[in-house]
Amino acid sequence: MSGSSSGLEYSKVAEIRGPLLVVDGVDRAAFDELVEIEDNEGNRRLARVLETGFGKAVVQVFEGTSGLSISGTKARFLGKTMELPVSEQLLGRVFDGLGRPQDGLPEPVAKAFLDVNGAPINPERREYPTDLIQTGVSVIDGMLTLVRGQKLPIFSGAGMPHNMLAAQIARQATVVGEGEEFAVVFAAVGVSHSDASFFQRTLAESGAIRRSILYLNLADDPAIERIITPKVALTAAEYLAFELGMHVLVIITDITNYAEALREISAAREEVPGRKGFPGYLYTDLATNYERAGRIKGRKGSITQMPILSMPSDDVTHPIPDLTGYITEGQIFLGRELFRKGIYPPVYVLSSLSRLMGPALGYVIKQGKARPDHHQVGNQLYNAYARAVELRALAEIVGKSGLTGSDLRYLQFGDEFEQKFLNQGYDENRTFEDTLRIAWDTLSVLPENELTNIKEEFIKQHYVKGKSTA
Amino acid sequence: MPVKGKIEWISGPAVKASGMAAAKMYEVTQVGEEKLVGEVIKLTGDIAFVQVYESTSGLRPGEPVLGTGQPLSTTLGPGMIGTIYDGLQRPLDLIAKRAGSFITRGVTADSIPFDKEWEFVPSVKKGDEIEGGSILGTVKETPLIDHRILAPPSTPKAKVKDVVKTGKYKIDETVVTAGAKSGKDYDLMLYHKWPVRRPRPIRERLDPEIPLLTGQRVLDTLFPMSKGGTGAIPGAFGTGKTVTLHSIAKYADAKVVFHIGCGERGNEMTEVLVEFPELIDPQSGRPLMERTILIANVSNMPVAAREASIYTGVTMAEYYRDMGYDTVLVADSTSRWAEALREISGRLEEMPAEEGYPSYLASRLAEFYERAGRVDVLGTPERTGSITLIGAVSPAGGDFTEPVTSQTIRFVKNFWALDARLAYSRHYPSINWMSSYSGYIESVSKWWRERVDKDWLTVRADAYGILQREDALKEIVRLLGPEALPDEEKLILDVARMIQIGFLQQNAYDDTDAYCSPQKQFIMMKMFVQFHEEALKAIRNGIPLSKIRGMQIIAPMLRAKFAIKSEDLGKLEAMSKQMLDEFSSISVVQEVKAA
Repeated sequence: MSGSSSGLEYSKVAEIRGPLLVVDGVDRAAFDELVEIEDNEGNRRLARVLETGFGKAVVQVFEGTSGLSISGTKARFLGKTMELPVSEQLLGRVFDGLGRPQDGLPEPVAKAFLDVNGAPINPERREYPTDLIQTGVSVIDGMLTLVRGQKLPIFSGAGMPHNMLAAQIARQATVVGEGEEFAVVFAAVGVSHSDASFFQRTLAESGAIRRSILYLNLADDPAIERIITPKVALTAAEYLAFELGMHVLVIITDITNYAEALREISAAREEVPGRKGFPGYLYTDLATNYERAGRIKGRKGSITQMPILSMPSDDVTHPIPDLTGYITEGQIFLGRELFRKGIYPPVYVLSSLSRLMGPALGYVIKQGKARPDHHQVGNQLYNAYARAVELRALAEIVGKSGLTGSDLRYLQFGDEFEQKFLNQGYDENRTFEDTLRIAWDTLSVLPENELTNIKEEFIKQHYVKGKSTA
Repeated sequence: MPVKGKIEWISGPAVKASGMAAAKMYEVTQVGEEKLVGEVIKLTGDIAFVQVYESTSGLRPGEPVLGTGQPLSTTLGPGMIGTIYDGLQRPLDLIAKRAGSFITRGVTADSIPFDKEWEFVPSVKKGDEIEGGSILGTVKETPLIDHRILAPPSTPKAKVKDVVKTGKYKIDETVVTAGAKSGKDYDLMLYHKWPVRRPRPIRERLDPEIPLLTGQRVLDTLFPMSKGGTGAIPGAFGTGKTVTLHSIAKYADAKVVFHIGCGERGNEMTEVLVEFPELIDPQSGRPLMERTILIANVSNMPVAAREASIYTGVTMAEYYRDMGYDTVLVADSTSRWAEALREISGRLEEMPAEEGYPSYLASRLAEFYERAGRVDVLGTPERTGSITLIGAVSPAGGDFTEPVTSQTIRFVKNFWALDARLAYSRHYPSINWMSSYSGYIESVSKWWRERVDKDWLTVRADAYGILQREDALKEIVRLLGPEALPDEEKLILDVARMIQIGFLQQNAYDDTDAYCSPQKQFIMMKMFVQFHEEALKAIRNGIPLSKIRGMQIIAPMLRAKFAIKSEDLGKLEAMSKQMLDEFSSISVVQEVKAA
């Protein structure tokens, strides 16, 4: 953050309440204005105006209020909203959660200063995302195809390998035929040192670190800072994508910590809470981050967002995953049971979805740039796996003897699907062709006439005869 | 003399201003040096609470607040069709031209072009009696829409004194001058304004007896909508609300369609913008964009404008209804609109009701849905028009007992419940046939009986009966397995599954299947019901179920939805016949064996 000190005079603090300060004797502070707080030892922290009236403003201190006193603390209003200095020199660097260098190198030279809050993309100027990303992970490519400009979160739970999956995608993601590499912007929001260094290491080992920017707010960093870290990261991403024309993959982990910081501020402001104590504007607030993904007409770059959130008690109806799912274009859902079975990646497809897959595939198939059976195969895998899961539950009650012959085929399909299609190595990079071949192989366990989602011509072409009677 | 006050306090979209004693409730104000658009929502003493429709970042106490004396209004005239608006009826393409790819604030843009000339053909002549709502003439707005120029509803009975000749006019040129009894002259133009929060008056409400056809089998056949009806589509995320709403917006047999993206995803509006100009309306053969108006106030655009977008949309729909047209308005999602109400209410420190929503949530929802209806409209000549209102609801955690869903159910006739379980197995549209209902089955059955088939009501009841029986049997299957059931009941499970796959599932991305004509819907439904009847007869004649399950006709029946086009009904009839033939042949073989 630039530390320019051209602001107005110092004002007195009247009240300190949680992360908030009430500042008195302020002459017309602007809403959202940036504030510099100085304690009696001369140390400075950053803050932001949340409410303002004549002579009085409520400000929120990013680094927390611990150690501040009423008598010794001074506030200086900087006359501007929070801005991030940006340039291509950000690439390869590591910053803290407010965007200050953390790698011992000097501040990068700024080409521009951008408001971290961003501005909504005009829906009329958006370009509809249609470029398929090959992540090399079969379950995503085959059934949850990721599209450049999409926002697709990973819904996970404590202890599950969401970071591995995100790192694998960051390493492997390409657009077929272009071979262009993604720039990666990584925002750690309240995660542990080990999680952050895992990402740092993975990016370093694959050489991707040169085209990466890391913003780290770790578990022991100030909690209130977390509400600004994703905004800082997305501001940098927007610069790379829409000014420099790069394709950017933004990974933000963990959104749950972000929402909790928001709740802390809301509680301090004594706002009427919505569900589970989260503020009523949680949806809108999350949307202002998630909607900063996409493509813009006439500009080359794109922002693909992959936020990670750990669902408290694996509960998908918890407000954070629930509201996220309403905004993002689908979700990759990690299942506890698959994880226990030792399957990687443990993606539970029946709760997962990629909203852009259907329209994007429809478009690229018409252009001959994707296999025409791709979408139908994906749907058939869903249908058949849903049936298999249903029958497994039934078999537990009535035993296998209570099932018909075709039911037993579905059970076999379910097992093969999990072991061969879903399961793959952390370093295994499968092409779209590989993925579809494995998909057909798995589907061929079922008799031909069970494949009601697929057109006959594709069945003739790809169905592996003999497997369903073996 | 417009009010001039100054800002006292700012918190997000809520601003308090003093010196506003003369301001009116719901008056539009210009807030701050940048003249941000706001609306007065509460008055105490000389303090006005203003909700600001643009970002207030950087706004300071002491900046001016100017009243305009006008309530929030829409500008109604030719040039609206095919446009994408924000919640305040500003065309987003004009905003982009002025401000670039990102939405900045303080941008002004006319709702409809004032410099464009339209070919106006008058339909009144000197000496004619006119009144509020009368048609003065027409303008060809798009190849699909004859835009009927209306006298504003507030016009009294008057005699036409002067009419222009057919020719090109701008929207603010006077085309008709009429003299009222009071002696006052009215200069009528191609456009007028109307406040968004006041419903446009009508002559009389009519019964909702004409179906609104959507080409979606589960809707038209099982849970039909009527023209002028109301419906809610609740569903957790990922259940296909948006795809269902898009299908309705694409294929509904209405004259004008309004699609409000209210607090939803930006890319969804883009999808409509990309897709609709290329899609051909099955009724008229013209691009769908020529009958569509979009209102986009997506989730990261200012929250107060989201609250207004619903009213802006329905007021525009009322205007086209008043021309004598059938209109459909889909709002995605009313939950985000309710959240906007909640946010503003919270900032005003009002006493909250359930889950922080204001106590007036129910009355606001009721007011909104009451603006639907099939009506005789005002003015001459006599004509009818309709507005069908369909609102998506996004219940928190998929829980239908939360306030917005439970309050909405009280005011809508149709309930199309989306089911996460169906969506997870990719059964789309994932409308749960057990928990959904339609309040219009009886009232639209006359139309189906007269236009499609006299047996519509009974065949529909038979098909629905099979699904109901399957639902009851599933309980037993869950405990004992399917093998425990007698053949007749196993047959119910089989046929119900055939109906689900072959009839209820519909692929919005398949060229043939995306739209299904009413005739095709009926023949398909009848085919499945007949299959059940014949199979039941066969079982009672001692033919084993395995033989029926092995019939050749089953696979083609399940594929008929995308293999046979709506215009090839002969092929479907032939398939029905083939099915009956196959039943006779398996029965014959059985008899031979028995002999």
